[in-house]
Amino acid sequence: MLPAPTLNSYLLLSAVLFAIGTAGVFLRRNLITILLSVEIMLNAVNLTFVAVGRSLGTVDGQIIVFFVVTVAAAEAAVGLAIVIALFRHRESLSPDDFTSLKW
Amino acid sequence: MDTLFFWLLATVAIGTSMLVVAQRNPMYSVLLLIASFMALSGLYVLLDAPFVAVTQILIYAGAIMVLFLFVVMLLNVPTEDPPSGYHARLLGGAGPRRAGAVLSAVLLLELGWALSRMGEGQPMGADDLGASTSSVKAIGERLFDISGYAFAFEATSVLILVAMVGAIVLARREPK
Repeated sequence: MLPAPTLNSYLLLSAVLFAIGTAGVFLRRNLITILLSVEIMLNAVNLTFVAVGRSLGTVDGQIIVFFVVTVAAAEAAVGLAIVIALFRHRESLSPDDFTSLKW
Repeated sequence: MDTLFFWLLATVAIGTSMLVVAQRNPMYSVLLLIASFMALSGLYVLLDAPFVAVTQILIYAGAIMVLFLFVVMLLNVPTEDPPSGYHARLLGGAGPRRAGAVLSAVLLLELGWALSRMGEGQPMGADDLGASTSSVKAIGERLFDISGYAFAFEATSVLILVAMVGAIVLARREPK
């Protein structure tokens, strides 16, 4: 039979998700996939906040998740706008094409 | 029942997240990430946080991912190009990528080691704290309380405004 989930199970799940997100940022060569990996990492952290908040019996964890979601929305909007501007310049989404600060 | 749901949703969340990273087509990555968010939203329900679960679906799956999907379709770059050029050979070759994979594995081991030093603790949901965290009323009272998070909430609206103006300025076509 499967063991009942404890706080540790949730924290371990969130650690695994965070590591997957980190691997995505390191391994992918596509700006959009890198932004998606950042979203995975943000979600892993959200899960930690909610799990610890639940275990302490406070709503503060959920409120912080609310703020994280807001920041993630702002980050996605600005990040994708930068991706669009870069794509107009180079017709490419590979981060290796954007290594010079000026062109 | 909760135990079964936890392991099921955790498997789905990890599996779809790994596929997001392994996928070469960004379109499939976005759609798989939506599946991952659905699984996480189920986990929030198990954690007595229905407000966060609904927010996750409405804002992440409904708004942010649609924005991503929109950009993927607008730019029309179906697959990842193989690395080319000097910097690609320098930074995008097999060696640095292997180092990146090793680094994220080390991060996972480190976090797992830190967690293994924590006590096992009682199973989630065995206590009766759930009732105090599942109420949306309690979240609203804390969020809009002047001694709570009211200032941060108002600052968030400025952040959204700045992000909106920034996105428009950045994505605008330069006038000739």
